Amino acid sequence: MITREPHIFDPPANVFAAAGRGIIMACQGTGQALLLLLGAAAQTPHLFSRKNRDDVMRQLYLVGIKSLGVVSVVALFTGMILALQAGLELRRYGQENNIGTLVCVSMLREMGPFMTGLVIAASVGSAIAAQMGTMTVAEEIAALDVMSINPLRYLMMPRLVALAVMLPLLTVYTNLLGIFGGAIVGATQLGVSLEAYFDNAFRYAENKDLYVGLFKAFLFGLIVVTVACHQGFAATEGAVGVGRATRRTVIVSFLLILVVGYFVTRMFYQ
Amino acid sequence: MIRFENVTKRFGAKTVLDGLSFEIEKGETFVVVGTSGAGKSVSLRHMIRLLTPDAGRVWVGDDCVNEAGGKKLERILGRFGVLFQSGALLQWLNVEDNVCLPLRQKSKRPDGEIRRLAAEKLALVGLEGVGDKTPDNISGGMRKRVGLARAIVTEPEIILYDEPTSGLDPVISRQIDLLIDDLRKKLGVTSVVVTHDLYSALYVGTRVAMLHEGKFVVCAPPEEFVASEHPIVRDFLQAQSIADMHDVRKAFGK
Ligand SMILES: Nc1ncnc2c1ncn2[C@@H]1O[C@H](COP(=O)(O)OP(=O)(O)O)[C@@H](O)[C@H]1O
Ligand SMILES: [Mg+2]
Repeated sequence: MITREPHIFDPPANVFAAAGRGIIMACQGTGQALLLLLGAAAQTPHLFSRKNRDDVMRQLYLVGIKSLGVVSVVALFTGMILALQAGLELRRYGQENNIGTLVCVSMLREMGPFMTGLVIAASVGSAIAAQMGTMTVAEEIAALDVMSINPLRYLMMPRLVALAVMLPLLTVYTNLLGIFGGAIVGATQLGVSLEAYFDNAFRYAENKDLYVGLFKAFLFGLIVVTVACHQGFAATEGAVGVGRATRRTVIVSFLLILVVGYFVTRMFYQ
Repeated sequence: MIRFENVTKRFGAKTVLDGLSFEIEKGETFVVVGTSGAGKSVSLRHMIRLLTPDAGRVWVGDDCVNEAGGKKLERILGRFGVLFQSGALLQWLNVEDNVCLPLRQKSKRPDGEIRRLAAEKLALVGLEGVGDKTPDNISGGMRKRVGLARAIVTEPEIILYDEPTSGLDPVISRQIDLLIDDLRKKLGVTSVVVTHDLYSALYVGTRVAMLHEGKFVVCAPPEEFVASEHPIVRDFLQAQSIADMHDVRKAFGK
């Protein structure tokens, strides 16, 4: 059962007790969130079962197709900013031809997964948290528990699959658009021809750059869905609690995406 | 069928249930009344493990609910149908799919049969032809009745009702009461109803219990309940201007 008993504590005796309790609650929350992730992952074999495949399809559609618009704009401008910013500096040394490499490698390794992760955390993650939170406070999760319909299988698994599959795919799309955006800026603002740009872009980029980026995107997908479901299922006290769950989801996902992104890069490029 | 053994439940410093003990027989309609915040919903939630007691035990048949887990808990919960206070329908499914949900997810029956059973239950609660509306597009009273159809679609032995008539207009309220009574008479289900509507309580109940400060101050068949001299019960009866069973029957046109 996902429905949990409320924890009610006496007010802390002093500031140390409050800090200690904060730390314990944070550890407890992390443990609960990881258990949710494992529980939902254990349900993925039911992916294609008659009972679940419609929900999986709907979530794939919602995450993948519905996010395309905003992801496109973010991707294009990320590439354009990278090209412009770096190109203006490089031009001083007559090196503007190298913006192709710079944009391509930054997009693949860092900016592609990072920007896609942030956009999805803010749009899809917050929506999942709000929906799960509303369902929790309206007793809908309790109703599923009582009908022995496992919310991890029925609700979380389709979202987990959708994000774990779609975030890497969206990242590929972001990368392509970003590199393309860089090419436009190169051609129109910096006088770098399209041939020179793409030639330079693909000469120095490695397959490893792409794979590391996609691995990051996959991790970001797990982070967003886990944080959103954990916060949503833990919502209390009506609309206020739903708002709190949504806000925390965005904040915690952003922080984790930043920190995890850094450590993955460090792990693969040292 | 359902037995509470010295069940105590506290939230922080507040003791909501205080050593509550009672037993509900098979085929009974047991009604718990009390002011709002008395702990009626809390007592109901103990029967289905949404809450566990701080002390004492809750039995369903021969199984202790608060100690069961896994498959055993699933089997115990399978005996229940629950109508939640707000209906607890899933917003993205239409009315028909909501009613079909427990069978689709938990049984291996063919879809045609599931839809037939759902239509049957929707007709029973007086909601024919609204199957393709979404929960947003129907009134609160209809949502509650859809919730009831979903609760009974698995043909449970025990049905729990949390405030089945609150927020409904009097006509629909009386319809729901008649339905609860019918389910007992025709199918012999055991019901537990939580309400603050005394007309409803006295009409459907085979026994009515008044929850006050964590205990039942009176627990008796309706005729005895209205005649009770307990001051809390008298206040409650007076507040809803009920002097005897005659008033109740009159409200139901009998
Ligand atoms: N999850 C909870 N956390 C804290 N207090 C609760 C919780 N559920 C119920 N209570 C408290 O228990 C008391 C009884 O609640 P409830 O059973 O919902 O009342 P009612 O009789 O109106 O259904 C209330 O005072 C409420 O504040
Ligand atoms: Mg209540």
